Amino acid sequence: MKFVDEFREPEVITRTSEEIRRLADPNRHYRIMEVCGGHTHAIYRFGLKDLLPSNLELIHGPGCPVCVLPMGRIDDGLSIAQDRNVIFAAFGDMMRVPGTQGSPLEHKARGMDVRIVYSPSDALKLAHTNPDKHVMFFAIGFETTAPSTALTLMRAKNHGIHNFSVFCNHVTIIPAIRAILDSPDMRLDAFIGPGHVSTVIGCRPYEWIAKNENKPVAVSGFEPLDILQSIVMVLRQLKAKEAKIENQYKRVVPWEGNRAALRAMADAFELRPYFEWRGLGFISQSALRIRDSYAEWDAEQRFEVPGVRVTDPKAAQCGEVLKGVLKPHQCKLFGKECTPEHPIGALMVSSEGSCAAYFNYEHRKTATVTSIASVA
Amino acid sequence: MCLAIPGQVVELFPDQPTSAMIDVVGVRRKVDLGLLQDDLPVKGDWVLIHVGFAMSKISEADAADQMRTLRMLGEAEAAIEEIEGYGLENAESKKAS
Repeated sequence: MKFVDEFREPEVITRTSEEIRRLADPNRHYRIMEVCGGHTHAIYRFGLKDLLPSNLELIHGPGCPVCVLPMGRIDDGLSIAQDRNVIFAAFGDMMRVPGTQGSPLEHKARGMDVRIVYSPSDALKLAHTNPDKHVMFFAIGFETTAPSTALTLMRAKNHGIHNFSVFCNHVTIIPAIRAILDSPDMRLDAFIGPGHVSTVIGCRPYEWIAKNENKPVAVSGFEPLDILQSIVMVLRQLKAKEAKIENQYKRVVPWEGNRAALRAMADAFELRPYFEWRGLGFISQSALRIRDSYAEWDAEQRFEVPGVRVTDPKAAQCGEVLKGVLKPHQCKLFGKECTPEHPIGALMVSSEGSCAAYFNYEHRKTATVTSIASVA
Repeated sequence: MCLAIPGQVVELFPDQPTSAMIDVVGVRRKVDLGLLQDDLPVKGDWVLIHVGFAMSKISEADAADQMRTLRMLGEAEAAIEEIEGYGLENAESKKAS
């Protein structure tokens, strides 16, 4: 456990790890899902698995927006900017995500006007500075980024910027958790709740998980100690046969969330009847679309969108990995055809995707150990 | 995109109540305060920033913790790159000395 010394308060980390071992019943196997991709990244990066007993398994959840976006949506978004006087603006995370005809970056190499923006408001700024072009912002993300897109739409409308639109792919976390819990091949004991999504939605929306599903939830921060403390919280509940929502990340997450952000989302967005999630299929009321009052700024209403549906490559088992049924390395393509350099599935693209995190921290570590062993 | 970047409010603009100049380890950029309109920060406050929008007010100690977490996660450089990119500005020209 060489990592422990590098952490802040290593003695607290060690104590917390011991507490986890004490709380975990050796005759039981625990499956705890961390919903957020940021937590998945942190767990691999910090090697937290080494601090947990072998009968406690962390299952990586669907909280990586790039990973759950179906390929057809990328094709649809790119088709709008194809052969039109349209600037395709998106966050850097989107640039290498493959569509059937290549990623946004590859489209840029073929002549499409593709721009990286770090904020939706900068996409609006691009529209302002390029009045002879149309700027389409390819919006993606959970409730962490959706309020910013909502405010940007409000600003576009208020300032009368007409050469701007949003291709909205925002999704909401609660229906995805519900879909996972409804999945017949899934058995989970508890959840580590997402930290930054909860800054916006607060803790209340998780209450049904405790009340109806009888499973503990701890909303968690991203430091090693935060994640370990959250595991302690849910193990204590499991031991006491309780199920409630605990907020480990109180220093950032208010119980009621951010009301201004929720108001902005309610003003600009409404729920789609259903939306396709990569690996999870269609989930009802799981995504946001732009309200008719903003129709002029809705790329899907403004342009003809082909509505492409693309089946994931049969050999790739992204869906099973996303639901936590398979570990990343158990997919047939993992580390062979599918690597971070040449991703086939989206879980390999984003640093928050469980396959990329596993590849970068576990697989490379194992590969190094194996090659040292073979030399010896 | 999912980074939460801690920054300090160093300037407010009377004519632009929805924006503030923030400082993230020496890099200064304007961010949007629209999502904090119920509890607007004042000069000197610390905030967590997502995609160019201040999302929550935090303490100075929590801001330092968050920056350390980003460093430990290997994401501090990406965070600074994001801040430098706000406003579509050239990354190098506006660095505070």
